[in-house]
Amino acid sequence: MAQSIIGQVHPVSIAFFFLFVLSTLCITYWAAKRTRTTKEFYAAGRSITGFQNGLALAGDYMSAASFLGIAGLVSTKGYDGLIYSVGWLVGWPIVMFLIAEPLRNLGKYTFADVVSYRLKRMPIRTSAAAGSLITVLFYLIAQMVGAGTLIKLMFGLPYEWAILIVGCLMIAYVLFGGMLATTWVQIIKAVLLLGGATILVILTLSKFGFNYGELFGSASKMYGPEFLQPGGLITSPVDAFSLGLALMFGTAGLPHILMRFYTVPDAKQARKSVFYATGFIGYFYILTVTIGFGAAVLVGKKVIMAIDKGGNMAAPLLAEALGGHVFLGFLAAVAFATILAVVAGLTLAGASALSHDLYVGVIKRGQANEKDEVRVAKMATIGLGVSAMLLGILFKGQNVAFMVGLAFAVAASANFPALVMSIMWKKFSTKGAVASIWTGLILAVGLIIISPTVWVDVFHVKEKAAIEKQISEAETQSKAKMEELEKAAADPKAVTDEKAAFAAKKKELTAQMPQAIFPLKNPGLISMGAAFLIGILVSLMSSEPEAQEKFEKEKLRAYIGIGAE
Amino acid sequence: MSTNKAVFNFKDDKDFIKLSGQKSAVSIVLTILELFFYFGFIGLIAFNKPFLSSMLTERVPIGIPIAVGVIVMSCVLTGIYVYWANNTYDTLVKKVRDKVEG
Repeated sequence: MAQSIIGQVHPVSIAFFFLFVLSTLCITYWAAKRTRTTKEFYAAGRSITGFQNGLALAGDYMSAASFLGIAGLVSTKGYDGLIYSVGWLVGWPIVMFLIAEPLRNLGKYTFADVVSYRLKRMPIRTSAAAGSLITVLFYLIAQMVGAGTLIKLMFGLPYEWAILIVGCLMIAYVLFGGMLATTWVQIIKAVLLLGGATILVILTLSKFGFNYGELFGSASKMYGPEFLQPGGLITSPVDAFSLGLALMFGTAGLPHILMRFYTVPDAKQARKSVFYATGFIGYFYILTVTIGFGAAVLVGKKVIMAIDKGGNMAAPLLAEALGGHVFLGFLAAVAFATILAVVAGLTLAGASALSHDLYVGVIKRGQANEKDEVRVAKMATIGLGVSAMLLGILFKGQNVAFMVGLAFAVAASANFPALVMSIMWKKFSTKGAVASIWTGLILAVGLIIISPTVWVDVFHVKEKAAIEKQISEAETQSKAKMEELEKAAADPKAVTDEKAAFAAKKKELTAQMPQAIFPLKNPGLISMGAAFLIGILVSLMSSEPEAQEKFEKEKLRAYIGIGAE
Repeated sequence: MSTNKAVFNFKDDKDFIKLSGQKSAVSIVLTILELFFYFGFIGLIAFNKPFLSSMLTERVPIGIPIAVGVIVMSCVLTGIYVYWANNTYDTLVKKVRDKVEG
């Protein structure tokens, strides 16, 4: 293969990037004139159609990290990467069956609107805003650090510059164009990403006579049949179950996803938009997995891992190999666009939690005029955008992989249980909701800190590496010694003794490995379970007749949409 | 809004009871199916790797179509929901809505 230009500033990618920035800024200018009221700022005036919102939801959800990361994981780990990708889709049907329509009918701009529909406003808004903000912040930091790292890998642009460009553009979109501009950035990004990935898959399959069997056959010929079989990704079933729960129900509790349902005119369009979104996202993961296997065969594991150990450059390398510099430039610009669309959606969701839930709902006790609320939302946008940039720079070079898992765990534990119980359960009370949200939030964050993901892989990563090094050193020494013994044709007992000595040494060293206090990698199972349990127990102990009385009215509105905004 | 009076009546309305009952049933059944597909797949990986590794055709092990099948089934289930909602549910909603709004 010719020398790769990945990691260099290439005129084609710069040209595509400027084209994208220019067109999105034009859209922002156009949207700015239509972004004056709160309904326009938070919800694009509820003017988005179901199909458009489906694309925008897909654009909000498909991150650069998942595109490059999953293709990379498949290209280096084979089937395990496919297992991982499935988990990211299965939350969408849950959004459809349990959340989308009642959310649209009951709320105005945020999911806290729904939870506080028949419960006491102040305590609910405060706790729900905390849940939203923590979810958004962790997700945002992970995206920012990912953006800096990926852009550096792809364009060779310094990390801080990448963060600065991403941060300023996302602030511009949200600040001036509100939800309308954010929506169109997400739609354009979704079309570009799906289009680019489709072309890459067609180019890949053309090398295999458009026959998946041929592709898989070549992969197993190169890397052995294990490449197409489940490997080491799932070792403990409880661990896998816990992560699965967090992914599934976390999707239905992500504030930036939930917020998108307020941009369509009614529940029917909300329903349609989930159907389109699920289709687009499912199609996208199938494409990404194909790209991963294609890269493994056509580019080769070794070449991919030489550029980036995690395999993140698998898709760009494949694009370069099959479509040349022009296609690589295009795909690199698409990855940049992808990052922008996701962080803009997150910023808007965070800003609305600050302005709509905290400022208006709590500080102003529900009474604020439109102008005031939009002004505060815009200030919150700048504040959040700047914090995201600073945090992105602060966490440079840190292992932030756990943060997305944590965001999903918080969403599944703090946001989802309160939301679903407020919609479905008559006896749910204010105290129950507050207790449920804080239980989920504190347990999700607290448990992940003492879990292997943070306790071992972040806090004690040096000790872990040191012990792993000692073990491998001991192994080399022992092997050398055994060879010597065999050469000298020594007593077979001496060889067995040496073997036993090494095994004992390895056991001793392994025992010194830093141990996490909490055994599960993702706390979803415990934190979400506890949030439901505490929510139910506290509600039963603190009966709230007023809230129960309003339940029938809530049900009528949730199902029929009477009185929906 | 003057829906208060209507709400009072609608607690016992036959159509509304039918609608809310059907909606809950459909949502819960489909949610359980989705949970079954995904965690069934995870269960196979955890407890029956040899099955997923067995060959479906000469070159493709059965694990690959099963994984893709979970993705496809998720889309199919949302499609079933939309089909039901657009046809059955919306008709009932319109009926109840007409009664409320007179």
